[in-house]
Amino acid sequence: MDWSAINPAFYVASVMVAATPLLLAAIGELVVEKTGVLNLGVEGMMIIGAVCGFITAVETGSPSLGFVGGALGGAALSVVFAVLTQFFLTSQVPTGLALTLFGLGASAMVGQSYVGIVPPKMPQLMSGADLNAFERIVLGHDAMLYIGLAIPVAVWAVLRFSRLGLILRAVGEDHNAAHALGYKVMWIRFGAIVFGGACAGLGGAYLSLVRVPQWTEGMTTGAGWIALALVVFASWRPLLIILGAYIFGGIAILQLNLQAAGSTIPVEYLSMSPYVITIFVLVLLSALHKYGISRAQAPAMLGRSFHASN
Amino acid sequence: MILRRTLLAAAATALALTSGAFADGHEKLKVGFVYVGSIGDGGWTYEHNQSRLAVDEAFGDKVETIYQESVPEGADAERVMTQMALSGAKLIFTTSFGYMDPTINVAAKFPDVKFEHATGYKTADNVSTYSARFYEGRAVQGHIAGKMTKTNKIGYIASFPIPEVIRGINSAYLHAKRVNPDVEFNIIWAFTWEDPAKEADAAKTLIEQGADVILQHTDTTAPLTVAAENEGVIGFGQASDMAQFKDGPRVSSIIDNWAPYYIDRVKAVMDGTWETVQTWDGIDTGMVEIGEITDRVPADIKAEAEAMIEAMRTGAYHPFTGPINKQDGTPWLADGEVADDGTLAGMSFYIEGLTGDIPQ
Amino acid sequence: MYKLEKRPNPSNLWAYLTPFLALIATMIAGGIMFWMLGKPPVDAIRTIFWDPLFNEQFAAYSRPQLLVKAAPLILIAIGLSIGFKAGVWNIGAEGQYVIGALCGAAVALAAYPLEAWWIFPAMVTAGAVGGFIWAMIPAILKIKLGTNEILVSLMLVYVALELLSSMSVGVLRNPDGNGFPGSRNLQQYASAHNAEIWQGSSVHWGVVAAFSAVVLAYVLMSKHRLGFQIKLAGAAPKAARFAGVNPHVITAVCLGISGALAGMAGMFEVAGPAGQVSIDFASGYGFTAIIVAFLGRLNPWGILAAGLLMSLTYIGGELAQFIIGLPASAISAFQGMLLFFLLAGELLVNYRIRRAAPRTVKEAV
Repeated sequence: MDWSAINPAFYVASVMVAATPLLLAAIGELVVEKTGVLNLGVEGMMIIGAVCGFITAVETGSPSLGFVGGALGGAALSVVFAVLTQFFLTSQVPTGLALTLFGLGASAMVGQSYVGIVPPKMPQLMSGADLNAFERIVLGHDAMLYIGLAIPVAVWAVLRFSRLGLILRAVGEDHNAAHALGYKVMWIRFGAIVFGGACAGLGGAYLSLVRVPQWTEGMTTGAGWIALALVVFASWRPLLIILGAYIFGGIAILQLNLQAAGSTIPVEYLSMSPYVITIFVLVLLSALHKYGISRAQAPAMLGRSFHASN
Repeated sequence: MILRRTLLAAAATALALTSGAFADGHEKLKVGFVYVGSIGDGGWTYEHNQSRLAVDEAFGDKVETIYQESVPEGADAERVMTQMALSGAKLIFTTSFGYMDPTINVAAKFPDVKFEHATGYKTADNVSTYSARFYEGRAVQGHIAGKMTKTNKIGYIASFPIPEVIRGINSAYLHAKRVNPDVEFNIIWAFTWEDPAKEADAAKTLIEQGADVILQHTDTTAPLTVAAENEGVIGFGQASDMAQFKDGPRVSSIIDNWAPYYIDRVKAVMDGTWETVQTWDGIDTGMVEIGEITDRVPADIKAEAEAMIEAMRTGAYHPFTGPINKQDGTPWLADGEVADDGTLAGMSFYIEGLTGDIPQ
Repeated sequence: MYKLEKRPNPSNLWAYLTPFLALIATMIAGGIMFWMLGKPPVDAIRTIFWDPLFNEQFAAYSRPQLLVKAAPLILIAIGLSIGFKAGVWNIGAEGQYVIGALCGAAVALAAYPLEAWWIFPAMVTAGAVGGFIWAMIPAILKIKLGTNEILVSLMLVYVALELLSSMSVGVLRNPDGNGFPGSRNLQQYASAHNAEIWQGSSVHWGVVAAFSAVVLAYVLMSKHRLGFQIKLAGAAPKAARFAGVNPHVITAVCLGISGALAGMAGMFEVAGPAGQVSIDFASGYGFTAIIVAFLGRLNPWGILAAGLLMSLTYIGGELAQFIIGLPASAISAFQGMLLFFLLAGELLVNYRIRRAAPRTVKEAV
């Protein structure tokens, strides 16, 4: 095969774009899980975000408003999950799965008349064919990509240094204790879930407005599930989400590059490599945890419903 | 007894009336369509549905068309077809290769219902097959691509390694190579028909590796949206015209036009002249349509492409005309020899000059 | 002020009543959605819930089809429910289903064209073993290293799907198939065909297996020591450890059972209704089964009912598509709504709504 055909600057820039939807959805889910809630509906919220963002951008002509629309759409769907799990105390796993089923159907219904339309283009800081490697990788993107990188940093700072972060973590580690201290566990979780929905919506909108850009039914094709995996992959550490998303996106783009450059590795092994490598990393991480080299950080209350009994 | 006889007589009269009505065209003929994708996919299923609407248009209230979208191949397909037949459909089009065995199974249970299966090879007394010679369109694409590429690299996004797709690659490559001996094909197997993100990434990768023509055998417009963002890159509409990219990268397209065939077959059922056929039509009957070649293509190349289309329409030219060798250099077609349909239908080898292996 | 109070025991009355209330609520909400799409709401609802069961034209065919469609869902959900009770989260049943189908079909295709009585039992075994082994990957990783089984089993779904498409165009491809992807059709291979048991009933061995699984799971969970240990491990892990329950064994047993059942479900499907290994063989049963398991409240009989209800909405949804012209997407949104209402209804089973006295400051703290 011809390694010289793969241009590293192009490659890195593509990886950054491919990783952004995953990164956005994953950081939202991380916050949700930090408060002890497992929302398996990321795929559904992403696709609703993709369609709402697309429609808003097409109707208003503004891709930036499109992202607002995407975030609102994702957040709106997550409210359903929040109401069901927090007030109706439903099990989180099936509620999340139902959310995905509903989101896939509803998005296809809403988006019917938007198939085949070209959305307004999100401007890039610098564009053109003659950028050098630095410009292409660091400056050759749209604003949302940078925001996507900023959110995990902000989440990290909030969780680590602020009082809000402390409360969020307290709710996820021991909801009874948090309740006893006077925190409104349900509403804190409600807020976190809606934040997660908005982030997933942004991720979906990035898919339909920048990465592809177009609207097609079911266009997330499993990105929401990958985002869920990334949270564990990153052991609930916000900054590692960026790394995880880039590794995952990197492998997915690499396999296409290898094929195009004439690699003789069978396609199916290349296609399954992102998943297999994710498993290897998970195994590696858990081995590190087991032998005390690093700490596992799964929130203790993950997946458990809370009901104040008094 | 008397009561019973009267009832019987009444029933017979009613029967006579309804069958008479049928002859007069007052009884609607119910025609079913089973789709593998959603009607909004903008490609394969979209075109089948457009052709269904053409049937509605052509026969007005003499037909009632029903359809079901996103039907998974396999067990679900068999149930959907059975239910359609039970609902009174007299003609059912099953529009994906994977429906082949279910179609044959259901047809055996409903001998008075006619079935039409797209792209398969199994027939029965009440099952016909139909498919289109898309490789004719691929020949035109190959010609335009070979002439217009400046980097001599053509990117090809392939779906699954099936004869249909392999034929397309071979045909495009053959005609690109003929007009441009330096041309090189970079092929990415996406292993999907419809995954816009993956198709977009594949197109981006191919362009980044130097391709300035993108050919696609996947169904969404994602590769064209990527091509639109890269100056100097051209592409073609697949399955549907994808006319919204006419001002941009789309220089032509292959359109699946099933309407004439569907109308023809519906009429045959109405007239009682339906019989089992194996149709494999191309540009000649209009089943394969070449979308408008835009002005981005220089006039001389456009003229050559149109001449080629015309030659295929009249049957004067067959895209697979020898001498052609297989990838390993063994001869396939001698000088002037034309490929037979049997070999084409099951094509599972690359022709000489293509690099890489077909995934197995 | 009203407030929720947890019932000491789930209410039996509401347990039976809420599914019906949820159905009615779904019909109203779904009806509004259909009406907004410009479709007749009452006709649509009747077509989905009534026609598959009682419409003269379809019912004779649809009724047994309900069982056929529900069988894999029930079989997988039963396996999953045992794990969920123990707090073992196998989300990758879809992958185990696919691997089971591949293994079962591989045995048949290796034996082809030999006709022998042992082929079908061998396929069932191969399917179960295939699903079992695929589920043992997350099990062993969890036991040895504490790796999260949700993620590993989920990632393995994607690996299995890639294997499926690779097998359909590669090793298992029908050599007489004119180069098209997909294996030989097992329906045309008598020894391997998971055929209908009674003429015209469409009921195959997978349906029998699903019903047997329901009964066996009931016996296991309510009469057997192991069932007690599984429940204890899920409800009170520490107490379980004191009682001498080995959590590793529970993890292995739960993942093993659910993997084997999912694998068998895949095998019954590939040898019966689907007929062949093909790229599109997997159609999401493994994920839907998770919902079915919860809708059935992780109870074997509940799962039986939930599986049949899901199956009814699938088949009724198909009818509604071509009779009324509802888009496929509307059906999936409708199913999502049904699940929301059914899950929300659980509240009334486990809690009661009480009028609360105005809170004093002390109480609120």
